[in-house]
Amino acid sequence: MTAAQPATGHDHVVVAADVNGVSVTEPVPTRWTLAQFLRDRLGLTGTKVSCELQVCGACSVLVDGAPVSACTYLAADIDGRRVQTVEGLAARDQLHPLQRSFVEHFALQCGFCTPGFLMMAKALLDRNPDPTEDEVKEYLDGNICRCTGYEPIVAAVLDAAKRMRGQA
Amino acid sequence: MSVERRRVAGQAVQRRDLFEKVTGAATYTVDVTPPGCLHAKVVRSSRAHARILGIETSAALAVPGVIAVVTASDLAALFPRFGHIIPDHAILAMEKVRYYGEPVALVVAENIVAASDGAEAVQVRYEDLPAAMDAEAALAPDAPILHDDDYGASGDESFSEMAATPGLPDHGDSPPRTNVAHTVDLSWGDVDAALAQAHIVVENRVHYPMLYAYAMEPYNAVASFTEDSLHVVSSAQHPFMVRTDLARIFSLPLSRVRVQVPYLGGGYGSKSYTKIEPLAAVGAWVVRQPVKLVLDVEEAIYTTRADSAAITVRSGFDAEGRILARAFDIVLDSGAYADNSPLVLAKAVNRCFGPYRVPNLRVRGRSVYTNTSPASSYRGFGAPQGALAGETNLDRAAAQLGIDPVEIRRRNLVPPGGEILPGKRGIDADLPADLELVAESLQRDARTVPGHGIGVACTASDAGAYPISTAIVRVQTDGSVTVLSGSTEMGQGSRSVLAQLVAEELGVPIEAVDVVQSDTAMSSYERTTGASRTTTLVGLAVQRACADARAKLTEMAAEIEQCPPESLAQGDGVLESADGRKLAFGDIISRWFGGDAGEVTGVGTLRRDGRTQKMPPFWEVGMVGVEVGIDPETGVVRVDQLVTVADVGFAFNPKAVEGQDLGAATQGLGGALFEELVYDGPQLVNPNMVEYRVPRMTDLADKIESIVVERGDGVGPYGAKGGGEGALNPMGAAVANAVAMATGKWPSRLPLTPERVWRLVNDLPEVDAE
Repeated sequence: MTAAQPATGHDHVVVAADVNGVSVTEPVPTRWTLAQFLRDRLGLTGTKVSCELQVCGACSVLVDGAPVSACTYLAADIDGRRVQTVEGLAARDQLHPLQRSFVEHFALQCGFCTPGFLMMAKALLDRNPDPTEDEVKEYLDGNICRCTGYEPIVAAVLDAAKRMRGQA
Repeated sequence: MSVERRRVAGQAVQRRDLFEKVTGAATYTVDVTPPGCLHAKVVRSSRAHARILGIETSAALAVPGVIAVVTASDLAALFPRFGHIIPDHAILAMEKVRYYGEPVALVVAENIVAASDGAEAVQVRYEDLPAAMDAEAALAPDAPILHDDDYGASGDESFSEMAATPGLPDHGDSPPRTNVAHTVDLSWGDVDAALAQAHIVVENRVHYPMLYAYAMEPYNAVASFTEDSLHVVSSAQHPFMVRTDLARIFSLPLSRVRVQVPYLGGGYGSKSYTKIEPLAAVGAWVVRQPVKLVLDVEEAIYTTRADSAAITVRSGFDAEGRILARAFDIVLDSGAYADNSPLVLAKAVNRCFGPYRVPNLRVRGRSVYTNTSPASSYRGFGAPQGALAGETNLDRAAAQLGIDPVEIRRRNLVPPGGEILPGKRGIDADLPADLELVAESLQRDARTVPGHGIGVACTASDAGAYPISTAIVRVQTDGSVTVLSGSTEMGQGSRSVLAQLVAEELGVPIEAVDVVQSDTAMSSYERTTGASRTTTLVGLAVQRACADARAKLTEMAAEIEQCPPESLAQGDGVLESADGRKLAFGDIISRWFGGDAGEVTGVGTLRRDGRTQKMPPFWEVGMVGVEVGIDPETGVVRVDQLVTVADVGFAFNPKAVEGQDLGAATQGLGGALFEELVYDGPQLVNPNMVEYRVPRMTDLADKIESIVVERGDGVGPYGAKGGGEGALNPMGAAVANAVAMATGKWPSRLPLTPERVWRLVNDLPEVDAE
């Protein structure tokens, strides 16, 4: 970027999207990522940014039910779509079974990667309510955790899947 | 052997911080943006070593939204450097840059987009200087010298043993300046004589890689000035240490510098001491508005990495495998600034020879400045580097003597209470018993097939936990308790452990206890959060604060009941009068103050005296074993078994202890198998999380056993001692030993990537071998 023609975010586009069940219509700078839009415009700071290269999974959110990396997905591209973040996971006073299971299994320590893990695990269980241990590992292999050593996360996801099947 | 089970302490209580964290409600520094906050971006050096000829800022200032461009010349009225041991670290490069990525200017703008564009527009003119890109080059006779100045070292007692100034011993007028930032030597006995009489002498040389801790929350800070007070919110493990550096920079009283730390997105030592807080603060000082600075991962890697090491070890043994003498030469590549490397070196020296009876010892340690990213603390702190040398050396000796690797350790480990470092605290652990636990577990599931190997390794770390702690407990009129501590919650679970301790000590429900941490204006003082100190040292301070609160409540109850204090018995959340009435803490407070108001404040302090006089306050045990399987076609190493012992004295929360233990082990496996920062020329080839590979979920070992051992032998509350880094320390050595058994060849460097292992298997020279 040269100094003569700075792109300081003056190019805007209006996006209309459903974010956690709330209709949102906002002008956003074209160069903004979805993570910037969620965090800086909507105040949904639960979504965390870490590697900024789509390899750590911390910023995972669901767009029309499919997991995307909010650190590189452009905010402009959510127009007309449905976005789900960690803030939309719990129902009013009731934690999502995945959230409850993560707490009970100590599947997090610092918690910075956790929103991404939860959204990715939700995407998995939405598609496959009864995953094997290997399927869980394969699906979540794109999410990095530096605290836990992963074993409790696998246990938490399998346990949550069991509970959710029991509820169904 | 076993410890008493208690009402709250020792139970696997659910951590309350986890509820906030799973809903996205937990606040990290990166989530803090005060009203009117400006955003900063750092202009970084594009040279490894160069004189700064000029910095052109006008194009940057012309970028819409850019408010200011701060350079070293703006800091003339300030103390422009930081560093808690050697204050050599320029906030913004002065006159010259010493590594690629060093901060040269700070662009402050209305938004991050403008700040980034402004940073691109700053033009720095350099005159290149010859660079010393590794320790060998930096130690060469004609090496370019990084630091021409004496900076004067800290007079702090706990750092004073680290106090050598760059390249200069204490004596002499002006010996030639070198790139040696710091030296540490340790010796006893007569090594040469012992080696001359040894049955065998085993020598080898190892290289420990340059690592990045990758706390997933990168360094970030928000600074603001109001009147003459500085307020910084930061991702710092040690807010009180950062406060000291900031007060010196701005010549402010400590009381007018407030450093506040919300939840940390991982620390692992990499957020110890001052990092980017001075940058954010000088930005705010110049513009007189709040300034937020958030680094990306590449910038974070160029901010702090771990010391890489080249170590030569020579040991003499008798025919039965008993150690007669050990000699080590340790060279750490500490990068462009000292930061905490002098302490890392001191610990590498103390830890390299292992928790064994070593009758004759000589260790020479040097921390060397190079034109690379500055190295500092990382979980393990010199221990993993030293263990790779010492523990592979032990296995080589075992092989030569035809002794089992477990057996040679049995014959050399110090017994409980035994001395490892002369004059220091004896080992507060039963290492031989811990070793048997690992050996039994490994043997139970061992597969004796070609391409498989088992490796064990042991360490004991003299915890760098200096006993200075304070704690405050505030008992409320409803009997609930607020606990103040300056210890930082970075994921390890201290908030929960301290609540358990207070609930136990005061006999109140854990739900009635809230813990407020890490705010230099609001919490009590804590020296650091590191070296696995919190449960043990802060725990003791909290225990004393609870006793102080009980003593005050007893005095108050005696006054209002008009009875002697001795007649009141201590109960759970109550005092009991001689006639059997229960006086609730809250009621005592209300009645004494005369109204439903007031509180009782209990204060606890800890220093180097009594049970914490002898250093170290505790030893942290690392006792691990692995079984690996190697694919001879690809060189891929698969971990079949991972066995660790968490010898923690007393496990306040067993589930949390297991979590810390496996986390440490997994980071250790990262350094053993995958992780390495690689310089090629002036800059890193892999300063990102694509090419710097950390362990992932599919790397999980097939069998994981974390054995929590409680013998009540620690100095902390209920016999607790530190845990959480032990399993990392010997892991690289254990994996190297297992790979050696599987391949029949001795690896000398980590990580054991597929290519390196494939080369071992095929009898080819190691990658980038000397």
